[in-house]
Amino acid sequence: MENLIALLVAAPLLGAAVLLCGGRRLDAVGHWIGTLMSTASFVFGVILFADLLGKNAEHRTLIQHLWTWIPVESFQADVTFRLDQLSMTFVLLITGVGSLIHLYSVGYMEHDERRRRFFGYLNLFLAAMLLLVLADNYLLLYVGWEGVGLASYLLIGFWQHKPSAATAAKKAFLVNRVGDMGLSIAIMLMFATFGTFAFGPVLGHATDASEGKLTAIALMLLLAACGKSAQVPLQSWLGDAMEGPTPVSALIHAATMVTAGVYLIVRSGAIFNAAPDAQLVVTVVGAVTLLFGAIVGCAKDDIKKALAGSTMSQIGYMVLAAGLGPIGYVFAIMHLVTHGFFKAGLFLGAGSVMHGMNDEVDMRKYGGLRKYMPVTFITFGLGYLAIIGFPGLSGFFSKDKIIEAAFAKGGTEGWILGACALVGAAITAFYMTRVMLMTFFGEERWKNQPTRSPEAPSAEPAAEHQGEHAEPHPHESPKVMTIPMIVLAFGSVFAGFFFNLGDRFLHWLEPVTGHSEGDSPLSAATVTGATMVCLVIGVGIAYAMYGRRPVPSVAPRGSLLTRAARRDLLQDDFNHVVLVRGGEHLTRSLVYVDHTLVDGVVNGTAASVGGLSGRMRKLQNGFARSYAVSMFGGAAVLVAATLLMRAV
Amino acid sequence: MSAQLAAYSTSTGEAFQFWVLGTVAVIGALSTVFMKKSVHSALSLAGTMIVLAIFYLANGAYFLGIVQIVVYTGAIMMLFLFVVMLVGVTAADSLKETIKGQRWLALLCGIGFGVLLFAGIGNASLKEFNGTGQANAHGNVEGLAALIFTKYVFAFEITGALLITAAVGAMVLTHRERTERAKTQRELSEQRVREGKHVPPLPAPGVYARHNAVDIAGLLPDGTPSELTVSKTLRDRGQIRDVSAQALNDLKALEQRAEERLERTEIEPATFKREEASK
Amino acid sequence: MNPVNYLYLSALLFTIGATGVLIRRNAIVVFMCIELMLNACNLAFVTFSRMHGNLDGQIIAFFTMVVAAAEVVVGLAIIVSLFRTRHSASVDDASLMKL
Repeated sequence: MENLIALLVAAPLLGAAVLLCGGRRLDAVGHWIGTLMSTASFVFGVILFADLLGKNAEHRTLIQHLWTWIPVESFQADVTFRLDQLSMTFVLLITGVGSLIHLYSVGYMEHDERRRRFFGYLNLFLAAMLLLVLADNYLLLYVGWEGVGLASYLLIGFWQHKPSAATAAKKAFLVNRVGDMGLSIAIMLMFATFGTFAFGPVLGHATDASEGKLTAIALMLLLAACGKSAQVPLQSWLGDAMEGPTPVSALIHAATMVTAGVYLIVRSGAIFNAAPDAQLVVTVVGAVTLLFGAIVGCAKDDIKKALAGSTMSQIGYMVLAAGLGPIGYVFAIMHLVTHGFFKAGLFLGAGSVMHGMNDEVDMRKYGGLRKYMPVTFITFGLGYLAIIGFPGLSGFFSKDKIIEAAFAKGGTEGWILGACALVGAAITAFYMTRVMLMTFFGEERWKNQPTRSPEAPSAEPAAEHQGEHAEPHPHESPKVMTIPMIVLAFGSVFAGFFFNLGDRFLHWLEPVTGHSEGDSPLSAATVTGATMVCLVIGVGIAYAMYGRRPVPSVAPRGSLLTRAARRDLLQDDFNHVVLVRGGEHLTRSLVYVDHTLVDGVVNGTAASVGGLSGRMRKLQNGFARSYAVSMFGGAAVLVAATLLMRAV
Repeated sequence: MSAQLAAYSTSTGEAFQFWVLGTVAVIGALSTVFMKKSVHSALSLAGTMIVLAIFYLANGAYFLGIVQIVVYTGAIMMLFLFVVMLVGVTAADSLKETIKGQRWLALLCGIGFGVLLFAGIGNASLKEFNGTGQANAHGNVEGLAALIFTKYVFAFEITGALLITAAVGAMVLTHRERTERAKTQRELSEQRVREGKHVPPLPAPGVYARHNAVDIAGLLPDGTPSELTVSKTLRDRGQIRDVSAQALNDLKALEQRAEERLERTEIEPATFKREEASK
Repeated sequence: MNPVNYLYLSALLFTIGATGVLIRRNAIVVFMCIELMLNACNLAFVTFSRMHGNLDGQIIAFFTMVVAAAEVVVGLAIIVSLFRTRHSASVDDASLMKL
C-alpha cells in the first residue's frame, strides 16, 4: 500500500510534464488531462485513506522510501514519503478541493487560449503541494515548499500581459523568498543541532537540544510560515496575488498553499512545544494577522481582495491555534480543512459572479444578483454562513474551538488572545455580511451604468470586452462551474458537524499532533455564547450600514482608518518606506563603502604593489656587478649581525 | 726565527719588514683595481702575491710561501697574462662608471665591510700567539704532508678530482668542434684547377724587403695593395696594414733628393707616371 | 709588533679586492680581484696557523690555492669563450639577465 504514496505525487507531476512539454497539439484535451490526473491523485488518496482507517491509530503511518537523494557522510537526504493522519488530511483536502477547482477551471478558463498551460501549472502546483505535505524530512519538504512558490508565481502572473499581474507575481515571489530563507536557515540549524533533518529524529529528540537553539529554529520556521501563509509581517503579497485567475485564488491563495505555513508549524509541533517563547510569538503573529486581515477585508471594494483579507484573517486564526500548542494543533488543522471548503467555495462563487459580470470585481457595481445567479447565490451564501460561524455550519465548530482554545491558554495571554479572536469573529461577521449584501442584495447598481472610467483599477480585463458588452448581463455559470461550488457548499455546511461528531477529527489527528484540553477559565457554553453575540453584533452593524441604506457606487472618502485599510493598512507604504527606501540607502552606502573603502584598499594595494614592483624591477638591471653589490651588502649586514650578536 | 715566532710580539726586523712590504702589498692591490690596462693590473697583482709569499715565509709557512711564488705567481698569474694577451694587451679600459650609483654603493659596502672586519678583528682579543715553532719542529713540509695524507686525505683526493674536472671543463669550454672534414691539399689543388683561377700559389705578402710581415699586403705594379697576398683570416678581421702610400712617399722623397742633387727642375715624374698608368 | 697586524692587512686586501670586483668591468681584472681576495684569505689562514701553533690553517690555505687554480682555469676558459663570441671582455655586456 505504501507504493501508492509516490503515485499521489507522480500523477499530477506527470500531468504537468505532459501538459507543459506536450505543446499545442494537446490544447484540445489538455484541461481534461489535468483534471484527470488531479482526480487520479484524489482517488489514490481515498484508497490510502481507507487503508489507514482500517488500521489501528498507532499504525497509521506509512513510510515509502524511494531513493537516497544526497548521500554525503552524515548528510543523508532521502526521498522518503511519510503518510500519517496529518498528511492524509492534507492530501485529501489538496486533491479533493484541487480536483473540484480543476473541474471549475475547465469552465472558467474556457475562453483563454492558454488554458492547457494553466492546467499544467495547476498540476505542477498539486504535485509540489503533495510533495510538501508528504515529505519525510525537511529538505524534501523544502523542495515542495519552493515548488508551490514557483507554481504560485507562475499562476499569479498567468495573465502576464497585465503589468499588474506580472508585478504581483514578482512581489509574491520576492516576499516568499524572505520566508524561504527562514526555512532554509531553520533546516541548516536543525542539521547543525541534530545532525539530521528527517522528521523522526528531529521531532523525536527535539527536547534534547537547548531551548535557545530550539527557539531559534522555531522562529525561523515561523518566518517561513509567515512568508507562505501571508502572516504579518510578510502578508503584503496575498492581496496582490488576486491578480491571478480566480480558481488560482481559490485553490492556492485560499484553500491549500497559504495553509502550508500552518502545516509546517503543526508538523514541527515538537519543536514549538519545547520553545514556549517562540510559541508566544506565533500566537501574537496569529492574533495580529487575524485582526489585520479582518480590518483590511472590511474596507476593500474588490470582492477578491475582500476575500483575500478574509483568508489572511482566517489563517491568522489557524496560526493562533497552532501557537497554542497541543491545545490548538487539532483545531488549527480542523479550521484549515473547513476553511478550505468554505473559502474555496466563496472564491469560486466570486469567480462565478465575475464570470457573469464581465470580469467586474468592484462590489459597488454589483447588487441584487441573487435573482440572476441563484446557484451561485445559494452556494456563496452557505459559504458565508459557514465562515461567520453560523451555528451548525462548519465554521461554527472549528472557529469556536479555536476561540475556546485561546481562552484555555490561561492567564493574561489567554484573555488577550481570546478577546482578539472574539473581536476577529465580530469583524469577520461584519465584512462577510458586507460582501454578501453588496453583491447579492440591494439595488442593481450595474444597470444604466455609464461605461466605466478607464482609471478604474480593474478596467483592463473588461476593457477588452467593452465593445461587445457595454452593460453586463448577469447570468448563471455553466454546470461545470456550479457543480464544484455545490460540492464545496456541502463541505462548508456539513464538514464541521461531521468532524465534530464524537470528536472524530480530534481522535484522528491526536496520535500525530497530541492534544491537551488546557485550562479554560470560561465554560465552552460561555465562549459559544460570546461568539454568538459577536456574530450578531457584526452582522447587525453590517446590515445597518449596507442592508438598509443604499450602497453608493462610487466609494465615499471614508474615515482615516477606512482609507488606511483600503491601502492594506499601509503595509506597502511601510514596506516601501522602511524596506525599499532603507534598502536603497543601505545599498547606496554599501556601494559608497565598496567604492571608496574596499575598492580603495584593493586598488591601493594593487597600485602600491605595482608601483613598488616598478621600482623593484629596476634592481633587476641584468648587470652582474649590481647583483654582486647586493651580495656584498648582504654579507656586510651578516657580519654586522654576527658581531652584534656576539656583543650582546 | 722560529724561536721569535713563539713570542707575543715579533722581532723588530719582522715589524719593519711588515710595514714596508705591507705598504707595497696594499699599493699593489690598489693598482690591481685602478690600473687602466689589465696587463698592469696583472703585474701589480703579481707583486702583491710575491709580498704575500714573503709574509707566508715570515709566518712560518715555508711550503706555502714557495708554492705561492711558484704556482701562484709563476703559473696562475702567467695564465692570466696569457689570456690578457689573447684578449688584447693594448686595450685600455675606461674607468668611467656606467651603472648609476654602482661606484658609490660599492665604496659604501667596501668601507662598511672593511670597518666591520676591522672591528671584528679588534674585538677578537687575539693576544695569544703560540707560534709555529713546535708544529714545524720536524720541518714544515713534513708536517703538512703528515696532515694532508692523514687527516685531510679525503679533501685532498677530492681536490684532485676537482682539478681534473677543471682541466676537462676548460678544454670543453674552449674547444670548438669542426662541422666538416678539413679538405686535403690534393682536394684543394684540384678545386683550384677546376675553378681555373689562381692556379699557381697565391702571391706572397710583403713589400720589398722592408715590410714582409704577414699582415701587409703586397703591392701591385701600380702601387695599389693586393688583397690576395694576405691570409683570409687577417682580411676578415680587417687587420691589413696598408703601406702603399708609405712606399710612394718614400719613392717621392728619394726622387726629390736625387733631383736636388742633380739640380734638375721639378717635373714630378712619379705623379706623371701614375697618371699615365691610370689612363 | 703584534702579528694580528697580518689580519688587518688581510682584511684590507680583501676589502680592496671586493671593491675591485664591484667597480671593474673588465672580466679579467675582476678575476684578478677575486684572486686578491682569495690571497687575503690565505694570509689570514696562515696567520691563524701561527696563532694556534698548528698547521691546519696552512692546510686550508693550501687547499684554497688548489681550488683557486681550478677556478682560474675554468674562469679564464669562460672569459676566452665569452671574448670569442662577443669580442668583449666586459662583464656589463653580458646583461641579458634582466626584466
